Order: sequence, then structure tokens, then C-alpha cells
Amino acid sequence: MRKGVRVKLVIGIVRPEKANEVLEALYRADIRGFSLSRVQGHGGELDRVETYRGTTVKMGLSEKVRFEIAVSEPFVQLTIDALREGGRTGEVGDGKIFVIDLVEAVRIRTGERAEGAVTPVTP
Amino acid sequence: MIDTGDTAWMLVATALVLMMTPALGLFYAGLVRSKNTLNTFMMCLAAIAVATVTWAVVGYSLAFDGTGGFIGGLGFAGLNDVGFVPREGTTIPHLVFFAFQATFCIITTALVSGAVVERMRFGAFLIFAALWSVLVYAVMAHWGFGGGWLAQEGTLDFAGGVPVEMASGFAALAAAVVVGARKDYGRQALLPHNAAYVLLGAGLLWFGWFGFNGGSGFSTGDPSVLAFVNTLLCPACTLIVWFALDLMRGRKVTAIGAATAIIVGCVGITPAGGYVSPAWAMVLGALAALPSYAVIVWRTRTRVDETLDVLAAHGIAGLTGILFIGFFAQESWNGVSDGLAYGNAGQLADQVYAGLAAPAYAFVVTYLLLRILGALMPLRASEHEEALGMDVVAHGEEAYVSGEGAILVSPEAGREEEVAVRP
Repeated sequence: MRKGVRVKLVIGIVRPEKANEVLEALYRADIRGFSLSRVQGHGGELDRVETYRGTTVKMGLSEKVRFEIAVSEPFVQLTIDALREGGRTGEVGDGKIFVIDLVEAVRIRTGERAEGAVTPVTP
Repeated sequence: MIDTGDTAWMLVATALVLMMTPALGLFYAGLVRSKNTLNTFMMCLAAIAVATVTWAVVGYSLAFDGTGGFIGGLGFAGLNDVGFVPREGTTIPHLVFFAFQATFCIITTALVSGAVVERMRFGAFLIFAALWSVLVYAVMAHWGFGGGWLAQEGTLDFAGGVPVEMASGFAALAAAVVVGARKDYGRQALLPHNAAYVLLGAGLLWFGWFGFNGGSGFSTGDPSVLAFVNTLLCPACTLIVWFALDLMRGRKVTAIGAATAIIVGCVGITPAGGYVSPAWAMVLGALAALPSYAVIVWRTRTRVDETLDVLAAHGIAGLTGILFIGFFAQESWNGVSDGLAYGNAGQLADQVYAGLAAPAYAFVVTYLLLRILGALMPLRASEHEEALGMDVVAHGEEAYVSGEGAILVSPEAGREEEVAVRP
């Protein structure tokens, strides 16, 4: 993109039971466009031990929910705040937030690019 | 005198009713979120374990020994004197009669769990189930089935409108009030995670109900045949009316609504099965849909998290069936008594006693029992545990586990670490 990066991708990986609170927090912060997927991960939390008919296993991976939110520069901090506000319990395993520069963003319907592509449309 | 045909049928009917409890487990498990699948199912299986033991030790005796008004005696405690010789008035071995009644105690106890799933501690539920199966079920079974005051009064209850349906329904309401709502109730959409389980569970319950109602004549005689056929007719009519109600409210016929309708229809005919004509059973099926549907719609707007609507499906439909007998029982069909519509207003009065006393007793005793238990031990899991899901917390298992990232550990090592699983 021309002249400095203006669109960033915020990736938030949170506890599945906190996903709804994150959604609420994003909504309150007026952040409307995102996608969400279920992932499995490990982030240093204590392993759960489960037993199935005498077979004892250590569950090395925990269910997590991964938010991907493309926003323009001024919204990055708001998005991070919303993810932290909704996703935090204070215990190990609350997840991570990563922010990366986007090379390009295109809205499929209109062909808009960059900020235009990630600014919500008011219907 | 033992009748071999009667005995053969009652052996089968007993097995059919026992199957209803795992069927209920499937029905309930489908209605909760996936992280609580196993715990919900396990509450039903646990009822089989706990209530069978309490029933054999003391429950059966308190329900079926003697004609005390409020409660029976201890003559059959520990299955003393319960053998091959038939009970008075029956043609099947006493042991079969005991086992058949045991399956009723089991499913009634399991039904109450529907009010407290997704948050009640499993251990606390086990203790509650053991005490409830005696203090509420056995007492009310004595009233309706065992020669207690309602039976003496002349209340007609073929297969358990009083001790099974109204007892579980109004106990569920009390349990929901004492245990309290789930932490996310009213804030998030808490949706059924597998509607196909719910439909299969309802179908298996209906199948088992042919043993439940069809066996409640303890023979292969006319009342059993009537109840058996009415168990086909009544829920079919409930389904049709439920479809219509769904269409009027939401423009679509829903699957979970249909599963609920099957239960409501089966419950409605439970007390009335052997007492009303097939034609009236069909009318009862249609009628029973209305109050139960209304209570479900109303309940979800309240703060009372009676999670799986045991009150609407069992308490209210059971009450409808009990009262319906008072109007439309027909001596030409049942050989016992007429209802108001056939000139016997007294029968309606007897049914109203049951409709007032059963809900009151079930609600009050369950409420007090849980209040006392709650003072002695925590009834519910912590918010953190509730968020994780009761499957992992209570059982250390998950219903839908992929095995990815699971590392085998030796059993010894597993046990040591289990203590330190949660910070």
C-alpha cells in the first residue's frame, strides 16, 4: 500500500468461554468486521488430565477461539482493549493478541481498497 | 395366582421403562451445550444407580407397605418378604412388581435433574437424588399407588400423574429456585447443541412409554390395552396442535418443539391412560399442548432458569391429565368410575385434591431439602468451572474429543497429576 501501512490485522486468541464477552466488547467499541474460528493451542497453561476407560491422557492442546480483525490504524488500540477486556480472566491460558501489517485489503463487493475496505458500511 | 402371560408382559414392560432413563439422558444431553453433554447424561445414569438402591432398601417399602394415609411401613425394607408370591390384587411375582415400580422411581428422580443441569455439582446431585427418591417420590407414590390418602379418597391416577409427573415438575421448579440460574442465563443465548439427540431421545421415550403406561395395569387386561393404545393416540394429537402453535408463533414448525410435544402428550395420557376412551385421549392430547406451551413461553421470560422445562412438560401436562380424568373418565371403558361429563362430579373433586396436594408437597419438600443440603455443602460449581463445562470439571472427560495433542501417560502418573490439574 502507498505511503506507510494504514491497515492492520489484529489476531486475538482467547478462551472459548470468553468469546461471547469479546464479541460484546467489540460491539461496544464499534468494531463490526471480523471473522472467528475455533483453533486448538497451547500457551503454557497446566495440562488437563483426562481418563477414558483406563487410558489416561494429558490434553496438551486447549480449545481456543481465534478472532481476526482487520482495522485501520486508529482502531488498533481500541481492538486490543476490547479483546483484553472481554477475554481476560487473570489465569494462565487467557490467550494472546498479535498485530501485523496488511499489505492489502479489498472489499469483494465494491472493489474498495485499504481503509475503505475495512470501514463498516452503514446499511 | 400367577398368570404367565401377565408376568411375561410385565418383565418386558419393566425393561422398556428402564430404557426411558438413558433415553431421557440423550434427550437432555442434546438440549444442553456441548461442554455439558456427559454431565447431563450422567445425572440420568446416576439416578439409575442411586434410586435403585434407595428403592430396594427403603423406598419401595415406604410406598407400598400397608395403607397408612401419609406413608407406608417398613415391612418390605431391604426387600424383606418380596419374593415370587404375588402382591394382593396382582397376578405377577412380587419381585416383578417391585422392579417395575423401581423403574418409575428411577426416571422420576432423573427428570428433576433437568432443572439444574450445567451448574449443579455432581456429588451434591447424587446426595440430593438419594434423599429425594425417598422423601418425595416414595411418599407420593404411596399416596397415588400404594393405598395412601389419595388412593383412599378415590383419586384416579393410572400411571403416575401424581408421583411421577407432578412430583418431578414442581420439584424441578423448587430446585431451579434454590440452585439458581446459570451464570450466563439471560445474558447469552444458551442453545441446544444437538437437536438430533433430542429427537431420538424423545422417540425412545415414547417407545418406552408403552411399557410405562401399558404396564401400569400390571396385566395384559383391558386397562393395559386401553392405556397402551391411548399412548399412541394422545401424543400424536399433541404433536399436531404443537405444530399449529409453532406455526402461529414463529411461522415454522420446530424440531425441538416436536420433541417437547411428544413428551407433553405422553405425560398427559400417563394418569388418564386406563380411564378415558380412545376418542377422549385424542382430545386430551390436543388440549394438553396449550397450557404446557404457554408455560414454556412464559418461563423463558422469567429469571427462573428451570433449564429443560420439566415444569411445563411434566408438572403442567401431568396436572392437565389428572384434571381431565375428573371430567371425562368413563366407567363403560374403565370399569371403575365416571367423570363429571358422565354424571359423577365427585370424581372431579378427587382429582382436584391431587392437583393441589401433589404440587404443594413436591415443591415444599424439595425446596427445604435443597436449602438444608445447601447449608451443608456447595450445591453448584464455581463460575470458573461452569465456564469450563461440567464434563471436564466433574468427569475429566469430554463428549467430543479429537485426541489431537493428547499425550499418553501411565495410569500412576495420571493419578498423581490429577490432583494438580486446576490452579
